[in-house]
Amino acid sequence: MPTVHFTDADGTVREIDGNVGDSVMETAVRNGVPGIVAECGGSLSCATCHVFVREDCFEQLPPMSDMEDEMLYGTAIDRQDNSRLSCQLKLDGDDVFVTTPSTQV
Amino acid sequence: MSTAETLQPTPQPMTGTRAATRTGLLIIGASQAGVQLAVSLRALGFDEHITLLGDEDHRPYQRPALSKEFLQGTIESESLIFRSADYWVEHNISVVKGERIVRVDKDADGSGVAHAASGASFPFSRLALTVGARARRMEVEGADLDRVLYLRNADDALELKARIGEAQDVVLIGGGFIGLEAASSLQKLGKNVTLLELGPRLVGRAVGEETAEYFLQAHRARGLDIRLNTNVSRFAADDSGRAVAGVELSDGTVLPAQIVLIGIGVIPNTDLAEQLGLEVGNGIVVDRYSIASDGTTVAVGDCANMPNPVPGSAPGERIRLESVNNAVEQAKVAAYSLTGRREEYAGIPWFWSNQADLKLQIAGLCTGHDQTVIRRDDERGKFSVLYYRGGQIIAADCVNAPLDFMAVKNALASGRNIPAAAAADPATALKTITTDSPTANQPPEGA
Ligand SMILES: Cc1cc2nc3c(=O)[nH]c(=O)nc-3n(C[C@H](O)[C@H](O)[C@H](O)COP(=O)(O)OP(=O)(O)OC[C@H]3O[C@@H](n4cnc5c(N)ncnc54)[C@H](O)[C@@H]3O)c2cc1C
Ligand code: FES
Repeated sequence: MPTVHFTDADGTVREIDGNVGDSVMETAVRNGVPGIVAECGGSLSCATCHVFVREDCFEQLPPMSDMEDEMLYGTAIDRQDNSRLSCQLKLDGDDVFVTTPSTQV
Repeated sequence: MSTAETLQPTPQPMTGTRAATRTGLLIIGASQAGVQLAVSLRALGFDEHITLLGDEDHRPYQRPALSKEFLQGTIESESLIFRSADYWVEHNISVVKGERIVRVDKDADGSGVAHAASGASFPFSRLALTVGARARRMEVEGADLDRVLYLRNADDALELKARIGEAQDVVLIGGGFIGLEAASSLQKLGKNVTLLELGPRLVGRAVGEETAEYFLQAHRARGLDIRLNTNVSRFAADDSGRAVAGVELSDGTVLPAQIVLIGIGVIPNTDLAEQLGLEVGNGIVVDRYSIASDGTTVAVGDCANMPNPVPGSAPGERIRLESVNNAVEQAKVAAYSLTGRREEYAGIPWFWSNQADLKLQIAGLCTGHDQTVIRRDDERGKFSVLYYRGGQIIAADCVNAPLDFMAVKNALASGRNIPAAAAADPATALKTITTDSPTANQPPEGA
């Protein structure tokens, strides 16, 4: 079972067990992890599931679509090089380390 | 929806006096609005017990995917569930499934007892109505035949999925979002889909003329048979006389159909509110703080009729919005009210719809616009319409154009403007021309 390690903007870490095939967003929302709003429920329409991904996790994640890339320009906290929308990050077997921005809206 | 993990009702049916049972806040309706209200209340530190009660036999789930990914089979029912069972337990929220409230007795102080069809009672110290809306039924001969279906909730979606295998020809009635989304999904599943719309254009008044026309052309180009100005006179039965076999149009044409799916709008659930004596009119009438006319009950989501929250809207104008975003924002406002704070709806309404490879995102409300600017880039498959009133941007419909959507949504949220003249070139990024011009610089003309 992969674990998703969420660090919030204040540095608090939450470790949540996720299921293979679920997204990082789903794992967060189902367990009430603050810092992920995900209004559109993973439909790639809201950009309120923004996360910063730890560099060494990049390779295991699915590549970014053009639509995700465009949506990332509308996040509440400006995107950085390691920004992703967590609804697009499906868990394979490995742990994922992400940081949530200070606000999503 | 998975039934493996069930949540048992925690509040016991009331026996004897009211004081003997657990009270607190009772939220009737355990969907988008009810869930958000409960979650927001806990985030605000509300410490009374919360009962989140609904009449469906599923754990609270989200609806939008029902006509999209779930219907197409690209996501599983588990993904629709809002929160894990542990979440509700940890946050002292009792989730009650499968109880339909049929009567509420309420005192002037806001407390009372809700009575379910099963005979169970749920006492409360404060009441919230998040009862949503139900599918509008079609009244035409044969409407009660088997395989004439609607799509409002998970049971509807499960039935549709269970029966779609047997069908090759599907007729969809209603050219609104549900009809178009379901049509696209069913077309993807290889069905022969015909969509009938009574009116002269698609998506009623939810989007402007140009956007409706764009969708019409785009869907037709993708092979969808859309017929506008088309009236249905009856549904014809098969040999058994029990199930639908065809749709007869008013010109006598009969379209074969092993499934008819009707999406002709929704009706807000106001029966409980009426019975409580609350003011009702196209939904439960609430004020800016989501409070109903009795001064204590809150109402949120598809069932609520509220003052138009968009800055610069005509005074006294009221609206009822049917969207996830509205349910979420209004629930936050209601949560503030229940914790004794007065916060108005401050968000910018927005909406999305996915149809085939078309992603529509709408920011703001286009009511009362006096000017439109169209940005069309056919090469890249992008299309946006910006709406203006008195030179100020008030809304945008964006198709496959998230950058436009985000730019407009952000401009509206910060009270800024995107000058119409500069916006006409689709190659210009709207973000770069957003200006600080004050919003209500020109009062809306007329009403
Ligand atoms: C197929 C579909 C696709 C959609 N797609 C989108 C989309 O892409 N984007 C978007 O923004 N919106 C979309 N919507 C709209 C969105 O889902 C609704 O706006 C939202 O669900 C409203 O939430 P609500 O909680 O106010 O009402 P509802 O979701 O209607 O929930 C009300 C709940 O209360 C229950 N209830 C009613 N009366 C009683 C009673 N007396 N006792 C107990 N329980 C009761 C109902 O059974 C229901 O579970 C879609 C809706 C559907 C049906
Ligand atoms: S949940 Fe909306 S974009 Fe990810």
